[in-house]
Amino acid sequence: MALCFELTEEQELLRKTVREFAEKEIAPVARELDEKEEFSYELTKKMGELGLFGMFVSEEYGGSNVGYISYIIAVEELARVDGSQAATIAAGNSLGIAPIYYFGNEEQKRKWLPRLCRGEILAGFGLTEPNAGSDAGASRTTARLEGNEWVINGSKIFITNASTDISEVVTVQAVTGKRPDGKNELSCILVSKGSPGFIQKPMHGKLVWRASNTSELYFEDCRVPAGNLLGKKGEGFHQMLATLDGGRLSIGAMGLGGAQGAFEKALKYSQERIQFGRPIGKFQVNAFKLADMATEIEMARLLLYKACWLREQGKPFAREAAMAKLVCSEVFHRVANHAVQLHGGYGLMKEYDVERFYRDQKILEIGEGTSEIQRIVISRYLGV
Amino acid sequence: MKIIVLMKQTFDTEAKITLDGQGKINRQGVNLIINPYDEFAVEEALRIKEKHGGEVVLVSVGADSVQEALRQALAMGADRAVLINPEMEEVDEFTTATILARAVSGLGYDLILGGWRAIDDGSAQVAGRVAEILDLPVVNQVTKIEIEAGKAVATRDIEGGNEVVEVSLPAVLTAQKGLNEPRYPTMKGIMQAKKKPMEKKNLADLGLSADQAAPKVKVLEYFLPKPRAAGKILEGEVPEAVAALVKALREEAKVI
Ligand SMILES: Cc1cc2nc3c(=O)[nH]c(=O)nc-3n(C[C@H](O)[C@H](O)[C@H](O)COP(=O)(O)OP(=O)(O)OC[C@H]3O[C@@H](n4cnc5c(N)ncnc54)[C@H](O)[C@@H]3O)c2cc1C
Repeated sequence: MALCFELTEEQELLRKTVREFAEKEIAPVARELDEKEEFSYELTKKMGELGLFGMFVSEEYGGSNVGYISYIIAVEELARVDGSQAATIAAGNSLGIAPIYYFGNEEQKRKWLPRLCRGEILAGFGLTEPNAGSDAGASRTTARLEGNEWVINGSKIFITNASTDISEVVTVQAVTGKRPDGKNELSCILVSKGSPGFIQKPMHGKLVWRASNTSELYFEDCRVPAGNLLGKKGEGFHQMLATLDGGRLSIGAMGLGGAQGAFEKALKYSQERIQFGRPIGKFQVNAFKLADMATEIEMARLLLYKACWLREQGKPFAREAAMAKLVCSEVFHRVANHAVQLHGGYGLMKEYDVERFYRDQKILEIGEGTSEIQRIVISRYLGV
Repeated sequence: MKIIVLMKQTFDTEAKITLDGQGKINRQGVNLIINPYDEFAVEEALRIKEKHGGEVVLVSVGADSVQEALRQALAMGADRAVLINPEMEEVDEFTTATILARAVSGLGYDLILGGWRAIDDGSAQVAGRVAEILDLPVVNQVTKIEIEAGKAVATRDIEGGNEVVEVSLPAVLTAQKGLNEPRYPTMKGIMQAKKKPMEKKNLADLGLSADQAAPKVKVLEYFLPKPRAAGKILEGEVPEAVAALVKALREEAKVI
């Protein structure tokens, strides 16, 4: 009797609530925000009020502590309607809040978490650099201790939530020395907005997540207090890997939710669009497409929820997280492709939201470890 | 200030109504929600509590499935809930109001709020009947409520305008669209709702017998409205088309 696929009453209510919120508050403005490539402070505020930041953070730091599965359900429901807003929440939690919550000291947690959990401010996770993407350990950004301060030099690219008006802090991975084995020693340091020599610049011209904030960060003799070190010196690489393991679940949730949203639109359209005297869904080739989409979504959901369940049980989940991220993003890829195909020419027009889903799906096969990197991670677990 | 909210769980506004093999309304797989007018009442109760202090108690008549709707209202911020399961096949407005009035009188109250009607049967009777049984004044279809010492000033919709009514408390007020914009339950609220008291009762717990609450109305038959027939386009020149239209309106549609 141990196997159980039922969600709790609270998880069901949470899904219903976030779904209603996404349909009423986000759906009406998503297309316009995408078109204008505009980050929405208003929606971020509303999502904060709803409690979508800090969902796995304990109440003493201002979180709602609803658990990991609940968090994933919330991201899934947002992504069902709009990838950009889902990204703000997923990155806000998994990349912004998580490192501070899991690795920060008491003072850092008290300083940042309450406002982050209310959604009043955002935190970014600065890992990727122009020359260190998939090879995240190849960071060139350096930090050296000078008296009571870290002096940081280098740059970061593609950092989510890191250059809005409310992006108050970024966790930055930097080289802080050499390890005994000759490799670079990496550490994470909190850099707050306004630190001398810290420049935050929004990036424009994205294909995907156009209403989500993506940033370039520059550190020019940037100075922050020595106490801003996250955890201990040299723990940066481990912190980064652990953060990405969790982040992969939220990327998975965006794949699953996006696939669900695109599928629902395709199903509805297939029932309404008449060609050759009948709804196009009645042609077997299209009906089978819809059957494949529904089946793949179910498969993705099972794998993702299992990975979340492992995490919630405190069991090892990194292998399943990589699998879930891979499957959910690739399922979304195929589902979005079918959804546009079923819409014909209209599927290519902005007026039909599948166009946005078709674009937004692509980031999920690239961010937080490309599909190739996920396969590397999984194959390492196999010992090949 | 003790505020009671009378709440009903209804079908989702988008639910497709079908009949089952026995000719009864099919409840299988239907999405259930808080009756939207009752949701306005819940929201208003919470706002009054936030301003004047007190307690918000939800009272509902229905099967166990109603707990879901009550949990949602608790997650919005209500303090506790009482659910009375009448354990009857069919109930009518008399049954519901009799049970609610008995339950409410046992709880004590300064103000009773409800929706002006439920979107499923649309009878708009229950709140008024409860007021009658409890011998309380009732103001229907309010779009604004102001609470002052011992009284409520309520604005209500009337044909072509508004009416402002002052009523002494306790009283029954029913919510109309426009009263407020209900909040979403927050994630914290959802977690807290789990720990809030939800009392489940039956008729005997209220000291009511099945006879005392037996419905006065018996449903003889349920049937779905006829599907709408396809529209008809009248061909030909304007004078002939107009003549044909008048003929059709008189003889087929029988509206003139
Ligand atoms: C919208 C957006 C938001 C982002 N948000 C953040 C953020 O908040 N924080 C952050 O730190 N980063 C963020 N990123 C960066 C993202 O994580 C990287 O883009 C990603 O890790 C890939 O790195 P890269 O772009 O440098 O590609 P590269 O690493 O240069 O990869 C290019 C190609 O080579 C393949 N490849 C590389 N190495 C191997 C290998 N060993 N074997 C096989 N194939 C390989 C890759 O799979 C890919 O197909 C974001 C990116 C985008 C687009």
